[in-house]
Amino acid sequence: MSDDSSADLRKNDGQQFGRLPETDADRTVEGRVSRAAVVDYFEDRFAIPPGTFDDYTFWEKGAGKIWLYSGEADSPLEIEAIGMTCLRTRQEHWKPTTDFVQRFGAHASECVIDLDREAARRFAAGEDQELEWDGDWGYLIAAHTVVGEREPLGIGLYVHGELRSMVPKGRQREL
Amino acid sequence: MEPFERYRPIIDDFEAFLAACERPLGNAVRVNTIKASPERATAALEEDDVAYEQAEWNPRVLRLETDSPGSTWTSFHGFTHGQEEVSAVPPVVLDPQPGERVWDCCAAPGGKATQIAALMDDRGTVVANDNNLGRISALRFNAERLGATSLAVTNDDARNYSMKRFPFDEFDRTLVDAPCSCEGTIRKNPDALDNWSEGHIDTIAGIQKGILRRAIQTTREGGTVVYSTCTFAPEENEAVVQHAIDEEDCRVVDFDLEMEHAPGLTEWRDEAFDSTLEQAARIYPHHNDTGGFFVAKLEVTA
Repeated sequence: MSDDSSADLRKNDGQQFGRLPETDADRTVEGRVSRAAVVDYFEDRFAIPPGTFDDYTFWEKGAGKIWLYSGEADSPLEIEAIGMTCLRTRQEHWKPTTDFVQRFGAHASECVIDLDREAARRFAAGEDQELEWDGDWGYLIAAHTVVGEREPLGIGLYVHGELRSMVPKGRQREL
Repeated sequence: MEPFERYRPIIDDFEAFLAACERPLGNAVRVNTIKASPERATAALEEDDVAYEQAEWNPRVLRLETDSPGSTWTSFHGFTHGQEEVSAVPPVVLDPQPGERVWDCCAAPGGKATQIAALMDDRGTVVANDNNLGRISALRFNAERLGATSLAVTNDDARNYSMKRFPFDEFDRTLVDAPCSCEGTIRKNPDALDNWSEGHIDTIAGIQKGILRRAIQTTREGGTVVYSTCTFAPEENEAVVQHAIDEEDCRVVDFDLEMEHAPGLTEWRDEAFDSTLEQAARIYPHHNDTGGFFVAKLEVTA
């Protein structure tokens, strides 16, 4: 982006939801990612088909906190919450939320690490564990098998032979 | 249980009612169909050796034989949500349809709002409002855990709720699960009667009337408003609905409920209520071994 155009951009307002621009070229708020960038990220990283999100809109409230919503709303919108938080941008590595992964992670076919029941139990409790993984390091979807089908548990961070559980404290459970 | 004596003339088998109120309540959960079908949720419970019984009136309501229903894989994945069996009744009576605009005006902590979203296949707009900011965080937590994407959360007083924030100016349906004296929660919360007084009931009834009136005003002609409380007090139930039909364009309508219940009252002390109030439902603890509830269904008229 040129310096000329960035001068015209508004600052993000943490008190209201703003709908993401369709593409980077439509951007009117400084630093705000586009819908295309979000959908591309989910496809590039996790092979989630872009069509998965056809019936949804994406919004930002707070710097880099992206929300996904299927209802009706005008932008901007001053309310408490819409839909669910799905992604943290404005940091070097974008980070999906546990709740998003539990809801949409079944559409993913890459960067999913399948855990046995005991490893799943430790992951749900918030523990880190040493595990073999020959794919990309970074944020992964941890999953296990429930009644014969893959079921996402949440988001994990894989580095240096270790899977770190990113399940938020309030969502951790001793199972 | 002293405050309940005034209900002796209106409750059939009053001794059985009192006895039920003294028994603790079991653990019930609702299957969250946004994340799992009842078949998958129950198969997951079986896989983990958690015993359950499906409620006859609604196969999505399960009675679990465990002391910690939150420490199950089905709960972690959001397949199930701890919700008292009788609390699952009002959204079923509301009968929301996919694609509609629905307002849950007293929504925290979100059990019924997420049930409404699930009944709509998470398609449409569910506006979940609560006036208590502290309870909004619980509402948001539950909505995200259960994967509801059609839910919008607002923090306002429902009595003078503004529609200006949305790109539409009326709802198809509204649930008024009103703040109340909570007498019907005595089995879950033994302190429920500690602050009981008739003066307290009268104060709450005034708030309830204001909320129900606004709910009717914001719902389209032909739309549905369901009024519910978890209390037995006629001042907070039939009298509030009577006030609504006197002051707003609406009428009480009948509904099916595959659960044992008593009809709404047509008189209480010196006050007479419209005969249509018989179509409301009073659910007592000794009827289905649940908590207590009152539910009335209204249609908005011209």
